[in-house]
Amino acid sequence: MFDSRYLLTTEPTDSKDTRSGFGTGLLEAGRNDDRVVALCADLTGSLKMDAFRDAFPDRFFQTGIAEANMMGLAAGLTIGGRIPFTGTFANFSTGRVYDQIRQSIAYSGKNVKIAASHAGVTLGEDGATHQILEDMGMMAMLPGMTVLSPADFNQTHTATVAAAQHVGPVYLRFGRPKVPVFLRPDAPFEIGKAQHLAHGNDVTVVATGHLVWEAVKATRALAERGLRVDLLNIHTIKPLDVAAIVESAGRTGAVVVAEEHQRIGGLGALVAQACAQHAPSRVEFVAVNDRFGQSGTPAQLLDAYGLNAEAIVRAAERVHVATT
Amino acid sequence: MATHDLPALASQIRRDIVRMVHGAASGHPGGSLGCTELLTLLYFEEMQCVPEPFSMDGLGEDLFFLSNGHISPVWYSVLARKGYFPVAELATFRKIHSRLQGHPATEEGLPGVRVASGSLGQGLSVALGAALAKRLAGDAHTVFSLHGDGELQEGQIWEAAMYAAHNRIDSIISFVDCNGQQIDGPVDDILALGDLAAKWSAFGWHVLTADGHDFEDLRRAIRAGRARRGSGQPTVVLMRTAMGKGVDFMEGSHHWHGIAPDDSQLARALAQLPETLGDY
Repeated sequence: MFDSRYLLTTEPTDSKDTRSGFGTGLLEAGRNDDRVVALCADLTGSLKMDAFRDAFPDRFFQTGIAEANMMGLAAGLTIGGRIPFTGTFANFSTGRVYDQIRQSIAYSGKNVKIAASHAGVTLGEDGATHQILEDMGMMAMLPGMTVLSPADFNQTHTATVAAAQHVGPVYLRFGRPKVPVFLRPDAPFEIGKAQHLAHGNDVTVVATGHLVWEAVKATRALAERGLRVDLLNIHTIKPLDVAAIVESAGRTGAVVVAEEHQRIGGLGALVAQACAQHAPSRVEFVAVNDRFGQSGTPAQLLDAYGLNAEAIVRAAERVHVATT
Repeated sequence: MATHDLPALASQIRRDIVRMVHGAASGHPGGSLGCTELLTLLYFEEMQCVPEPFSMDGLGEDLFFLSNGHISPVWYSVLARKGYFPVAELATFRKIHSRLQGHPATEEGLPGVRVASGSLGQGLSVALGAALAKRLAGDAHTVFSLHGDGELQEGQIWEAAMYAAHNRIDSIISFVDCNGQQIDGPVDDILALGDLAAKWSAFGWHVLTADGHDFEDLRRAIRAGRARRGSGQPTVVLMRTAMGKGVDFMEGSHHWHGIAPDDSQLARALAQLPETLGDY
């Protein structure tokens, strides 16, 4: 059922935060290429940028709590040929600095990598002020912006290294909590290419970020109920692998999209758009439905907002019934 | 550096500005006319810069960033007259499919422009980033930036000002176009800036003043700023200017911040500005 080129295990014993995958990936990117520099707005520990800072003190810039300036500094550093990674929470990486990203980075075609941690409700106890659920939509709307949303520690490491090698602005989204490590560190990874984690012909499940592991669990549970899932890990929201989605939806006619993001403007909207145009299908959405987050533990919040394996199972059954 | 007839250059550049804005029937002549001396002096005497081939990285060159992007006409004219792109292209200003966008942009590949500007308050941060890149590369060249006085109402300017002082970036010389005017009226009526010299000084900058229409005074300020290298302090030049300088009926009023002259106004303006290098 699962593709062993991608999956390390379906019974992971190890849990790590994706932000730590960013930290190790940034260090590797810095070792690979001395043009790589990093900026951080007073969240070095939270972003796990300490190792890069300690290894390359001359290439690390502490900006203080001044995110707008940080984005401009990063744009300017590219003018001298550098490859800057900015680091702060996803909320302060997007909405707070949208115009700076739009004008000085995206419209100016600058090779800046926006590393955005603590995305989504799984930021947890800090509450809705910090739990951005609109960031992927905002960034995907910017012409020329690549949007990455890796699923676990290993993939966030890989995506960080790949972002450094990619020429052009990148939004790299990851999170705070420890989540199972289930993807192979050497899994094939290409920006813009979906990973076909499981093969089936009954229901397509398209997932991104923390919801990919939930989708793996849902795939197993659905198999026990006789439903065979075609599971796509969309680590690249933009450019979206429309061909992979359309191929799968064309076979199943039934699609579930799972993401830790608003329904409006998120992966679900992009998948529905692709299906409507190329492979008319029933689509169900496991996402936040026009609400803000709130305080709680990550697990409580995923349950409260219906962002878990059980919700994916229910959505898959609904969409399957509707198409048979 | 080669000596040029700077007043003659400035007269032609002012002609270009009013003709471009008239030709587009839109644009910002006021601030452009007020900053003509500064940009002429920087590009034709003070900056080490290579118009052709244009290098986006700009390593080994002095760099200029226009943060108040709406005064694009003066910059475009200076860049064209310096040889960054053909002077004839000035006729395309603000027109469809032009590289000379209403506000400066890089997307169409206009030589001389290294970042888009127009949404105010962003250029100082970008200039400082370029200065950091030069520091990393061991490139001792200077980075210049220009800002409107009204633009200083944007908070990002002060984030950047703090950053530059804290990080001892003494390779930047920033100019503030102190014409006292913004779109809705005098700056003092809209949102007063208070004692600007004291503000910049309190933010850790070395503050100079200059008459923005006096080449010699501007030259003195630029060289004084360059001499501050090694001090660990960034330099700002508060440049007194008159919006609309050089065209009597435009001078000193916010009315001409962002409107174009009609045919008869163009004729009146050109009559005051001798054609020295040939119109485009």
